Amino acid sequence: MSDDELIWRIAGGSGDGIASTSQNFAKALMRAGLHVFTHRHYPSRIRGGHTYVEVRASADPVESRGDGYNFLLALGDSFARNPQDEAYYGNEEVKPLSENLDELREGGVIVYDSGLLDASEIPDFEERVEENDWHVYDMDLRSLAREQGREVMRNTAGVGVTCAITGIPLEAIEELMRDAMPEKILEPNLEIMQTAYDLVSEEYDVDAPDVSVPTGEHDEEQVLMSGSDAIAYGAIDEGCRFIAGYPMTPWTEVFTIMSQNLPELGGISEQVEDEIAAAALAIGASHMGVKAMSGSSGGGFALMGEPLGLAEMTETPLVLIEAMRAGPSTGMPTKPEQADLEHVLYTSQGDSQRVVLAPGTVAEAYEASRRAFQLAYEYQIPSMLIYDQKLSGELTNVPASHFDREPNADIGLTLSEEELADQPHTGDGKFHRFQHEAEDGVSPRSVPGQKGGRFLATGNEHNPAGHISEDPDNRVAQMDRREQKLDAIRADLDDDGLLVEHGPEDADYGILTFGSQQGTVEEAVDRLNENGTSVKSLTVAELAPYPVETVRAFLDSVEEALVVEMNASGQFRGLTQKELGTHGEMLSSLLKYNGNPFEPGEIVEGFTTNVVEDGEVPGNETKFVPAAGD
Amino acid sequence: MSAFSAIGEEREIDRNEYTPDIEPQPTWCPGCGDFGVLKALKGALPDVGRSPEETLLVTGIGCSGKLNSYLDSYGFHTIHGRSLPVARAAKLANPGVEVIAAGGDGDGYGIGGNHFMHTARENHDMTYVVFNNEIFGLTKGQTSPTSPKGHKSKTQPHGSAKSPIRPLSLSLTSGASFVARTAAVNPNQAQRILKEAMEHDGFAHIDFLTQCPTWNKDAKQYVPYTDINESDDYDFDPTNRADAQELMRETEDKLYEGEVLTGVYYRDDERPSYQQEKQNIGEMPDEPLAERYFDDDYEWERSYDSFIDKHK
Ligand SMILES: Cc1ncc(C[n+]2csc(CCOP(=O)(O)OP(=O)(O)O)c2C)c(N)n1
Ligand code: SF4
Repeated sequence: MSDDELIWRIAGGSGDGIASTSQNFAKALMRAGLHVFTHRHYPSRIRGGHTYVEVRASADPVESRGDGYNFLLALGDSFARNPQDEAYYGNEEVKPLSENLDELREGGVIVYDSGLLDASEIPDFEERVEENDWHVYDMDLRSLAREQGREVMRNTAGVGVTCAITGIPLEAIEELMRDAMPEKILEPNLEIMQTAYDLVSEEYDVDAPDVSVPTGEHDEEQVLMSGSDAIAYGAIDEGCRFIAGYPMTPWTEVFTIMSQNLPELGGISEQVEDEIAAAALAIGASHMGVKAMSGSSGGGFALMGEPLGLAEMTETPLVLIEAMRAGPSTGMPTKPEQADLEHVLYTSQGDSQRVVLAPGTVAEAYEASRRAFQLAYEYQIPSMLIYDQKLSGELTNVPASHFDREPNADIGLTLSEEELADQPHTGDGKFHRFQHEAEDGVSPRSVPGQKGGRFLATGNEHNPAGHISEDPDNRVAQMDRREQKLDAIRADLDDDGLLVEHGPEDADYGILTFGSQQGTVEEAVDRLNENGTSVKSLTVAELAPYPVETVRAFLDSVEEALVVEMNASGQFRGLTQKELGTHGEMLSSLLKYNGNPFEPGEIVEGFTTNVVEDGEVPGNETKFVPAAGD
Repeated sequence: MSAFSAIGEEREIDRNEYTPDIEPQPTWCPGCGDFGVLKALKGALPDVGRSPEETLLVTGIGCSGKLNSYLDSYGFHTIHGRSLPVARAAKLANPGVEVIAAGGDGDGYGIGGNHFMHTARENHDMTYVVFNNEIFGLTKGQTSPTSPKGHKSKTQPHGSAKSPIRPLSLSLTSGASFVARTAAVNPNQAQRILKEAMEHDGFAHIDFLTQCPTWNKDAKQYVPYTDINESDDYDFDPTNRADAQELMRETEDKLYEGEVLTGVYYRDDERPSYQQEKQNIGEMPDEPLAERYFDDDYEWERSYDSFIDKHK
């Protein structure tokens, strides 16, 4: 086990406390001065099944899962057992052990709960342990937990064992448990942890395997956040106080965080009958001058297509979140994919005006969420934030100061009653909500209840006063004005820093990506450069309007570029080619769509074999699509 | 001073204030029942003291959806079947505004049926007017959820095999706290019922019988009608749920036999509105949410102050 990083994988069944335990563990490591990053893998079932969470910790910043891992805590899937006779259901019982061995690195550590798992059921277990120089600790965590408290406290026992082996002081974990647990269960938990800790020291020669955790120090205070937290907090800080939604994984996370917090902040949250209603409610609230949002995932977002168009035509500011998961249809509910890009870009009828942002990291998710609101309200346009199941659930440390920002409740160009009284009514005595000539295409608005601002908002084409009109000249003037906003937004976004370059400026090759693959790509870029391949990457976080100039400049500066994305059809590459109208002959694709996000090593390998060596060898889990000219 | 001075302003309101001065004037067919709704609405709004500027009329799609082209209030002409969710949020965002939702039978009982059920269930404080002409008007005469069984149209050439929906019963069972039926052929009764509906604190549903002389050739389908609140034949208590249910069933059967009953069938003035319920559980601000965005002195809370500690 190497000194510079610990990648701890805790495995068991859904409902066995895997998520909360790993979260606590990650936080303890962060508090100890390390950089952490979690990767969550879970099936679409409530109890049982094969679940794991990895916590990667290093003294240096980490923005990605690693290649494999080096510490397995296999707790056992308690739901695979028949509680009466304790018979096993098929071979599910050993999964937390057997399913995870392939990715365990050489020299790694295995701790397994021998009260629930039987290693002898796994073919070749002993041989593999030998071969890979794994250090195995078989411990009856279940009985230990049962004797001192309750069986469900097995995870606490597992943490105690982990600390004993790695040398992490128990106090770090205790402190967190004291914060999180009610008195009644705190004591037995603490006892169990201590017993497990002591047991390791008594029964094993811990010094033998070279295990330790890296040590580090932060120069400022850190917080542990998920992409969903960051998106919700970004919305709150931008003054969003109305949310309407309907649950669908993984969007539910943002919806939940908002719903739990909005009432305290004087806001309103509504869980409604379906996604069409959800988007329509957000429009209704925004029409009244309130900052509002809604969102969903794939299928739910599909239902929002029509209200989305209504927001475009009525120029009602609207923020919609789209949390991608693998499709089509209900696809793989708990697995990440980036295949809804075209869905979000092109949903809804007619020539449409919209903003689409795709944050790449947790810190950026906060930024992009704020930006989505600013653009929606400043330009009276729907703006969408897309991200995926990976970013939504991964936890990582971010400097707390990143979130220490001024609130902004500005709803954009909205006239006061005094201003409405002064408006030059163009002869007909009506307020012209949709003026033909308006700076940057944005025409000032009024909201119901204000004196002097009456107007009609309609999804039909309309004249400046808002009344339905099929007059050809008016149609052209209105359409042109709405389109005009896009240029202004593009110019605005240019200075935003939402396009992130990484690697040497004068690199020979490029990697282009979007969204949650940013950290993994950047880690791959660093490794490629260390190995002597000169590569840089560009992560594009603004997908509409597309940052044509920046991407063109990036591609012009390299010989060849690989587009990395998590889908089967290369949607981002397609978008890039469409927007640029050139460069098709130099763009190849590395795709992954098996439900797991890229590991950095896969990108390194894919890039080296396919691009540098022109080998065109697809990996096991990834697919390489050569450039158009190849 | 409030940023919304039109709200609650006390003054004499002239019904001509609601008349827009746009060209062309109504595109409704001559003799269309929709004119009757417009007339009744223009009469009722000044009656309840609501000015055009504190009124938001949210409509769906269809001939009926064009209502707000002819009523000069704040308006939102939304999409087919979705007037209710837009209207609900508008009311929550600024409860001071009088919110009226309107649309056709296809719009409200067909494509928007789910929203209808849920809005009634939640008992949002608003008035919902459904123009029931038993037909799709704007798309040229297809069968609607209220068309009688056996009704022939271009899309159902063999006659509809479906029984019509029962809007009053549906509304009551879903939870509406005010259910009435009126007819465009008598704007006086309609005006009275609209006024009561707007003054009611909760979801007030009016099934508004409107004739469509263009696609339902029998333009006289809703005359003569009987007002159950006035007629000696119907002695009942509209606050009694069982009475209402019984009478609704009778009404809904008789409509298709040519006997038109109208009036206020049910009202529950005790049940708190949704907004009130939300306030009771602490999920609804005391001040209108919309006001805050116009208040320069309002202190906006930040996530950093409120939640950051639990991530440290
Ligand atoms: C999603 C959608 N589907 C279909 C239509 C077409 N459409 C417009 S009006 C209408 C029927 C309206 O009927 P009704 O609600 O009874 O209103 P009326 O015209 O009779 O007043 C339909 C189907 C549409 N605009 N949107
Ligand atoms: S088609 Fe029917 S409902 Fe539509 S305007 Fe004409 S008469 Fe009225």
